[in-house]
Amino acid sequence: MFLNNTYNEFIKIAAKPRSYISIAAITLLVGIIFFAMKIDGPGYISFITASFEQTLNFQGNIMNGNLMAFIILQMLIVQIPLLVALVTGDLISGEAAMGTIRMLLTKPISRTSILLSKYTAGLIYTFFILVWMGFLSVVVGNWVFGNGDLMVLNSDGLVILPANDIIWRFMSGFVIAFLALATVATLSIMLSCFSDNSIGPIVTTMSIIILFTIIGTLDVPVFDNIRPYLFTTHMAAWRSFFENPLPIASIKQSILILIAHIGVFLSIAIYQFNKKDILS
Amino acid sequence: MEQSIISISHLAKNYGSFQAVKDVNINVQQGDVYGILGPNGAGKSTTIRCMLSLIKPSAGSISLFGHNIKTHRKEALSKIGCIVEKPDFYKYLSAETNLAIFGRIAGADVSKKNLHKMLSFVGLQGREKDKVSGFSHGMKQRLGIAQTLLHDPDLIVLDEPTTGLDPQGIIDIRNLILNLKNEFQKTIVLSSHILSEIELIANRMVIINKGTSLVEGSVQALLNQEDLLVLFEVADSKAALNILSGYKNVQLTDSQHFEISLGKNEIPNCIATLQQAGILVYGVETKRKLEDYFLKLTNA
Repeated sequence: MFLNNTYNEFIKIAAKPRSYISIAAITLLVGIIFFAMKIDGPGYISFITASFEQTLNFQGNIMNGNLMAFIILQMLIVQIPLLVALVTGDLISGEAAMGTIRMLLTKPISRTSILLSKYTAGLIYTFFILVWMGFLSVVVGNWVFGNGDLMVLNSDGLVILPANDIIWRFMSGFVIAFLALATVATLSIMLSCFSDNSIGPIVTTMSIIILFTIIGTLDVPVFDNIRPYLFTTHMAAWRSFFENPLPIASIKQSILILIAHIGVFLSIAIYQFNKKDILS
Repeated sequence: MEQSIISISHLAKNYGSFQAVKDVNINVQQGDVYGILGPNGAGKSTTIRCMLSLIKPSAGSISLFGHNIKTHRKEALSKIGCIVEKPDFYKYLSAETNLAIFGRIAGADVSKKNLHKMLSFVGLQGREKDKVSGFSHGMKQRLGIAQTLLHDPDLIVLDEPTTGLDPQGIIDIRNLILNLKNEFQKTIVLSSHILSEIELIANRMVIINKGTSLVEGSVQALLNQEDLLVLFEVADSKAALNILSGYKNVQLTDSQHFEISLGKNEIPNCIATLQQAGILVYGVETKRKLEDYFLKLTNA
C-alpha cells in the first residue's frame, strides 16, 4: 500500500505545473551564468586572482567546467531551498486546500503511511532537482568550458585541486547538499501538516531559513551557543569537500546535525498529522 | 437477524468550549438506506467525519462492522466507500487517473477496464480522459460515487449528496443511490437537511439537532400517514374549538386557525361536524407530525 501511494504521489507531482518551475528556473539560471562567464569570464577570473598574480603564475584553463560547477553550486544552493519548498510545502496542505485530503484519509491506509509516501516522493523530487543541477553544472559545464584543475578560494586561502581529484568531491558534496535540502523538505512538510493552505508552509519555511541564516551570520556572542546547532549553519557543508585536507570532524558534525533535524521534523510531522482533525 | 453495521453510542465532539456534537446515537443495519436528517449545523457532518475517523471524538464509541474505529481503522475503512461534504478531486488530472489514484490505495482493481466500467455506471462514459477541472458539480458528484464503488465496499456513506445540484441532477443522484441499493445490495448512509429527500430514499433515519439525536427509527413509522397534524382555517376558531371539544390535541393558533391531530379518515367527519354547526371552513392543510416537528427544529 505504501508503494502504491508513493506511486500516486509521483503522478501528482509530475502532473503539477509548479513542479517544473524548479527545473525551468535552474536551467535558466545555469544558462545565464554560463552565458555571462563565456562573455565576461576571463575578466571575472582576473579580478579574483589579481591579488595572487604577484606571487603565483597561473597556467592552463583556469576558467574550466569544474570552476563553473563550483560557482553555480555556491550561487544556487541559496535559491534551491525555495524551489524545493514550493513543492514539498504543498504536499499535505495542498490536499487540505483542494479538499482531496478527505478522500485520502477515508481510505484503508494509515495516516503515517500517507505522510511517509508523500515524504518519500518529496525527497525523490528533491534528489531529482539536485541531480539536474549537478548534470547542468558539472557535465554541461565541462562540455562547454572544458576540464581542468579547480581553484577554490576559501577562508584559509587558495586551494588548487587537480582535475582527476574532483569528481568524487562533487559527488560527496552533492550528498551533503541533498541532506541539507532534505532538511528543508522535511521542515516544509512538517509545517504543511499544521496548515490548510499551500502558501503558509512555503512562506514559513523560507522565513525560518532567512531567520536562522541571519542568526548564523550575526557575529554576536549571545548566539554563539545555538549557532552550531542551527541546520542553516550546515547547509553549506558541501563546501568542506573542496578543502585540503578534508575537515572530517566538521563534515561528520554537519551530517549528524542535519540528520537530527530531519528526525525531529519528521517525528513532529507524523505526530501532528495523526492527531489532526480534518475540518477542511 | 439483521447485522448491525454501524453502532454509534453517545458520540460527542468538542472544539474548545463549543460542543459540535453532544450525544448522538446511531444504529445502522445491513441493507439499510439510512438517512441522517438535521438542519444545517446540527452535527450531521461532524458525526460522519467522526465515523470515518477524519476527526477524533471527544467521547462515545463508534463501531463499524464490529470494529472499533479507533483501534481497527484500516479494517473498518476497507469496507466503506464515501463522499464527505463534496467530491473534491485533483483538478489537473483526468477522471480516469483520479479514480486510479483513490482506487489504488483502497486496494481496488484499477485496470482500465474496471475504471471505465465504473465511469460508465455513473454515466461518465466518454469523459474518461477529460480533466476534472472541466467537470460540473453534478459530474463530480457522479465521479465521487464511482470512486466510492471501486473497491466494492459493503457500506457507502454520502454526506449531503444532492447539495448544489440542479433538479435533474438531484433526480439522477437519487436514482443512482436507489440503484446501488437495489442492484448492488449496498448499505447506504446519507445525510441531508431535506426531509422529503430522506423520505424518498431511506428506509430508516435519525433526526439530529444541536448535536443530539432526537428520534431514530423506520421512515415509514416516523412518517406514519395515519398520524397527521391538520391546520383548519375557519370563520371563528374559538367556536370551532367548542364544537370539537370531544377531540384530543386541539390547539388554537389564532382567531381563524386551529391545529388538530387526526387520522386521515377522521378529516371528512371533522369538516362535516363543523359545517353542521354552521362554522364555515375556508381551508384544510395537512402536515405530518414529523414534518412539523422537523420544521420547528429547523425554524423553517
